[in-house]
Amino acid sequence: MTDAQLVIQSNREIGKNTYEMVLTGETGEIRPGQFVDIRLPGYYLRRPISVCDFAPGRLTLIYKVVGHGTEYMAGLTPGAALDVLTGLGNGYDTAPSGERPLLIGGGAGVPPLYALAKRLLAEGKRPRAILGFNTADEVFYPEEFQALGVPVTVTTVDGSRGVRGFVTDAMDGGYTYYYTCGPEAMMRAVFQKSVTSGQFSLEERMGCGFGACMGCTCRTKTGHKRVCKDGPVFVKEELAW
Amino acid sequence: MVNTSVTLSGLTLDNPVIPASGTFGYGYEFAQIYDINILGSFSFKGTTREPRFGNEPPRIAETASGMLNAVGLQNPGIDKVISEELPRLRQVFHKPVVANISGFSLDEYAQVCERIDREEGVGLIEVNISCPNVHNGGMSFGTSPESAAEVTRAVKAVTKKPVYMKLSPNVTDIAAIARACEDAGADGVSLINTLMGMRIDLKRRAPVIRNVTGGLSGPAVFPVALRMVWQVYEAVGIPIIGMGGVSTAEDVIEMMLAGATAVEVGAANLVDPLASKKIVEELPLVMERLHIENLTDIIGGAHHG
Repeated sequence: MTDAQLVIQSNREIGKNTYEMVLTGETGEIRPGQFVDIRLPGYYLRRPISVCDFAPGRLTLIYKVVGHGTEYMAGLTPGAALDVLTGLGNGYDTAPSGERPLLIGGGAGVPPLYALAKRLLAEGKRPRAILGFNTADEVFYPEEFQALGVPVTVTTVDGSRGVRGFVTDAMDGGYTYYYTCGPEAMMRAVFQKSVTSGQFSLEERMGCGFGACMGCTCRTKTGHKRVCKDGPVFVKEELAW
Repeated sequence: MVNTSVTLSGLTLDNPVIPASGTFGYGYEFAQIYDINILGSFSFKGTTREPRFGNEPPRIAETASGMLNAVGLQNPGIDKVISEELPRLRQVFHKPVVANISGFSLDEYAQVCERIDREEGVGLIEVNISCPNVHNGGMSFGTSPESAAEVTRAVKAVTKKPVYMKLSPNVTDIAAIARACEDAGADGVSLINTLMGMRIDLKRRAPVIRNVTGGLSGPAVFPVALRMVWQVYEAVGIPIIGMGGVSTAEDVIEMMLAGATAVEVGAANLVDPLASKKIVEELPLVMERLHIENLTDIIGGAHHG
C-alpha cells in the first residue's frame, strides 16, 4: 500500500456513464487486478476503483458513475490532485494461466482484465477476451484489447453489438484457464459453465480498503476473507458458489 | 519539551493516542506503513468466546462526515486470538495493548476476561457492553445501570488487570450507567461506542445496510461524544477514555479538556491509514502552541467551579 498524491492528466467519457481517468505521480508498486482507494473532498469514505493499466509513474482507471462520489469524479479536470491509496488487494496470479487463458469481463468489471492481458502477453501467453455489456452504447475498450493483439468477442444483452446474450453464451472450450471480473450474477454463471479452474475478482462495500475494518468480509471454503485485503481475487476452488 | 504522557489506572502511556477497537485490526496492516510503537497503545478488534462471521454484507454505508458500520463483532474467537493473533501482534507492537472483549452472557464475558487476564502483553481490558450491531448481547448489557454493573462485577471477579467498561451513547442517561460501573468496581470507562443510525438506498427503496441499522462514527459524532465525556466526568471519579470522531490533535486536546485521560481514534484510521501517526506527531506542536507543558494538567480543564 502506498499513500500517493496523483495528478489527473485526462478524464473522459468512453462509454455510457463510463469514464477513463489517467493519473500521474509516484504510484508505488502495482500488480494487475489490484485496486486503488481515492479520497474525494466532501466525501468521508474513499472510493475503491480497480486499476485498468499502469506504467512507472502512471495509472489508468475506468469507473462507472453510480452515485454521488463517482459523479463528482466525472466532473474533475486535468491538473487536479487526488489522495490515492495504491497497490491494494492481492491481484491476479498469472502462474496457473496455461497457454490460452480466457479473460471474461462484464461492464465495470472489464478494466482490470486489460492490465492482466498485457502481463499475460509479456509472459508469452495468448489470452482471448469476452467483454459483456447490456447495450452497444455501454461498450468500451474492445479496440484497446485488440490493439494489444488479444482476440475479443463482445456480447450485449440486447444484441445491439456483437453476440446477443451473456458472456457465457460466448464461452467455448478452447481455454486453459480463465480470469473474470464483473457483476456477481455473471461470475456465478461463469463459475457454473467453466470447465477449468479460474480466478474471480469480487466486489463488496468497503470501509477502509486495506484490511482494517472487516466491513467487506465474505465466506469462502477456506474461511472468512476480507475482499479488500485477502482478495479481491479468489480462486474458483475457494468460492462456496 | 512538552510531556505527552498520561496514566490510566497505573498504566503509563507515552501519549494518550489509542486507535479504537475495530478500526485497527490486530495492528499488522498499519505496522506495514509505520512504526505503531509511537502510539500510546491500541485497542484490538473486539473478541468474543466463539469465532464470529458477523453480519451479512453490505455492512458499510457512508454518511455526511462519517460512516455507518454493522460488522457485528467479526473475530476469530478467544482461542485463536491468544494462540495466533497476540503472538503476531507482539512482533509489531512492544507496548501493553488494550484488549477489547465482548460477550452474549455474563458467563461469556467472564470466561473471555479470565483468558485475557493471563496474557502478559495486555495492559488494560476494555469491556464492550455497547455494540449496537449484535442481537441479544452487546449493547443490551450497556443500556441499563443494573446490567452494566452486573457485567462489571463478573469481569472484575476474574481479573487483576484494569477494567474499563465501554459505554453506549444510545441511552437516556450515560452518566447513570457510568456511575453504576464505578460503583461495581470498574477502574475506568471508555466512551462513546457508535450511535445507531441507518441509510436507505433510494433506487432499491431498502436499507443500505443488510442489518438495517448500523453504528455511526466519524467527525459527525464528535460533539455528541464530547458532551457525553463532559457529563460522565462530572458524574464519576474514575478515568475516562474519550472517543467518537476524533480526527486531529486538537480534537484530542478538546476531549481531554472535557475530562478524558486518554483518547481513542476510530474511523479516522479507515479513511487515512496514517491518521493516528499524524495525531501523535502533531500533539506536541499543538501543546506548545496552546502553552500546555504537561498533558495531564488539562484533564477536565474546561470544567470550572
